[in-house]
Amino acid sequence: MKNVWNNFKKNPLFLPIICMILVLLINLFKDPGFFSIGVKNGVLYGRLVDVLNRGSEIAILAIGQTLVVAVSAGTDISVGSVMALAACGGCVVLTGYGNTSVTSVIAPIGLGIFVGIIYGGICGCINGAMVAKLKVQPMVATLILYTAARAVGLLLCNNQISYIRYEPYKYLGNFFPGCPIPTPILVTILMIVLAQLILKKTSLGLYVQSVGINSRASKICGIDSEKICFICYVICGLCAGVAGMIASSRIYSADSNNIGLNYEMDSILAVALGGNSLAGGKFNMAGSIIGAYTIQAITTTLLAMGVSTDQAPVVKAIIVVAIVTIQAPVFRSWLEKRRTEKKLAKEAVV
Amino acid sequence: MKRKLLAIGLGALMAISMAACGSGSSATSTAASSAATADDTGSVVTDTDAQSLAQSIKEDAGTNDGSLITVGFSQVGHESDWRTASTNSVKEAFSKDNGFDLQFVDCDNNSETQLQSVRNFIQQQVDYIIIDPIVSTGWDTVLTEAQDADIPVIVIDRTIDDSDKYTAWIGTDTKNEGLAAGAWLKDYAKAKGISDLNILVISGTTGSSAQIGRTEGFDQYVKSEGWNKLDEQTGDFTQDGGQQVMESYCKSYAGKFNVVVCQNDNEAFGAIDAMKAAGVSYGADGDVIVISFDACKAGLQMVLDGDINADFQCNPLQGPDCAKIVKALDAGQDVEKETFMAEPWYAHDDTVKSVSYTNNAGKDVTEDMIVVTQDIVDAGY
Repeated sequence: MKNVWNNFKKNPLFLPIICMILVLLINLFKDPGFFSIGVKNGVLYGRLVDVLNRGSEIAILAIGQTLVVAVSAGTDISVGSVMALAACGGCVVLTGYGNTSVTSVIAPIGLGIFVGIIYGGICGCINGAMVAKLKVQPMVATLILYTAARAVGLLLCNNQISYIRYEPYKYLGNFFPGCPIPTPILVTILMIVLAQLILKKTSLGLYVQSVGINSRASKICGIDSEKICFICYVICGLCAGVAGMIASSRIYSADSNNIGLNYEMDSILAVALGGNSLAGGKFNMAGSIIGAYTIQAITTTLLAMGVSTDQAPVVKAIIVVAIVTIQAPVFRSWLEKRRTEKKLAKEAVV
Repeated sequence: MKRKLLAIGLGALMAISMAACGSGSSATSTAASSAATADDTGSVVTDTDAQSLAQSIKEDAGTNDGSLITVGFSQVGHESDWRTASTNSVKEAFSKDNGFDLQFVDCDNNSETQLQSVRNFIQQQVDYIIIDPIVSTGWDTVLTEAQDADIPVIVIDRTIDDSDKYTAWIGTDTKNEGLAAGAWLKDYAKAKGISDLNILVISGTTGSSAQIGRTEGFDQYVKSEGWNKLDEQTGDFTQDGGQQVMESYCKSYAGKFNVVVCQNDNEAFGAIDAMKAAGVSYGADGDVIVISFDACKAGLQMVLDGDINADFQCNPLQGPDCAKIVKALDAGQDVEKETFMAEPWYAHDDTVKSVSYTNNAGKDVTEDMIVVTQDIVDAGY
């Protein structure tokens, strides 16, 4: 038993999981009802379901963001805006240009969603080309789409919010009829499985780490560093596209001003909370995803506890600072040092 | 080679996108470019020179088209349907057919651009300037310039706090909207025989004038009537925000609430979806009374359908009132410094026919509740 615990402690996922549990523990003391899961109207209902459901977008973004951080030691800050663009691009296919509210769609839903995801992919290509080929710093390269993508989305939607009041369009962001699990959770699982397949079954995962650790050395070893970097940005763009379509389906509309607002920050935070170094190199995808759900758990907890809205960001910041401190190597080595000192002191007494 | 091609391609893409942006508001770009040239002249000639120069320009312009009243309109931006409705209303009211020549500048929420656009109007010696100020402070200098140039300034919607050198202000008072909502709820509860009101509020973006006014107005009734306000959290005026807050409310206060106040329609849409998912019955035939603000077209549709009980409009159509004031000024008449626009209040049924309350200006008013019909929805913005 102790052996298992010690092994677990050495696992890179140890701290992210502990942090997540700590956040949830706050709720256990405050209101155990937080953990109750029931079935209402034939679907799962409860705060934990909310955490998993609402955290989907950040979790999906975190998949792409982890790769980008690992390969280029930089962050893609355009993901939130790209989400908005994907949503607008997808919706415009379904509503037609300039229609603010439709009750039937002019193209198959699948096509709209596909187009939206492709928009995300195109944005990923632009970011990837800038970073990999032109060697622009990631922050600067993605800053362009950070400002532009939302505006392009507004142009696509003729400066309006386009509503699709057509039941099947809501499936992606809510529930498939007859399925008790919220669709975003299923999509997230699918995305995680896909990412794992690509990373583990091909050598991409290994290549990403080696390029991230030393791009020139990898090149000398025969790895096409630029291509690997490009691919990571494209994956990140596609993830943003998927997240954008989910967010759009949730509110059955393309709201370019608000979809994905500040999500780039949450996705970067998720990567950091997952114990990944923002300096690139080795990465831990599972950690990022746990980080994403931790962020959502904090949000849901604050809502549940009724923390007044003007104080919520402060409380959130305090929790994040605590988590980051616990995970900081300096803090951990200090703890380690203290422990050994205590041990030595004890032995000296004996 | 490859890199060069890529760079050229990206450059072209940027140029195209900029051109695409520009075509939507050609007036903006021409105004901006003339602002640049105007600034250049301003830097070489002295102030008095500039004024006499501007004066001569005005005389020239006067002989060219003396029949039209030239008006410069500096708008905040285009961030919401509400703002678009406001822009369109002013554009319509100040059309050529009505005897106006309107110059429109969309400032895209950049107050720097806005100050520049107003200075540009002054340089061009337009007859009147309309400003929807992005920020409420920092206006004294530029308004003094306008005053020196004898151009009346009319402020719409948002307010200017640090200067009174404008001629008139037209807009709405969001506190009155909150007060009217409170008065309606009081009468509605009485008519329906509901004695215990347990209220959940989904507020707008914290610190925005609409949020502050609507909260203040409504809270006045919460206090005086002894209602139980269970919670108030922000939905940031978005549908997703409203939905997420309501999802949480439905779990925290399951079965304990019978009124939901959403501070705009988008939040109401989200809240209604969340209540639907949680199996809470709401609206005209349900247990929970839903109150919303803004009354945009989609919101009115939901009032008609009975999903929202009452919707309090924040009137974006400043155009006609504004044109009236300009016409009055042009005829040499005095105008009131502050004009509050008429704001319609909408309800699903005629349980409450009119609301009486003491408005923010201290006057006792009685206003009709309008029962929504399909025609009203079609005419919405």
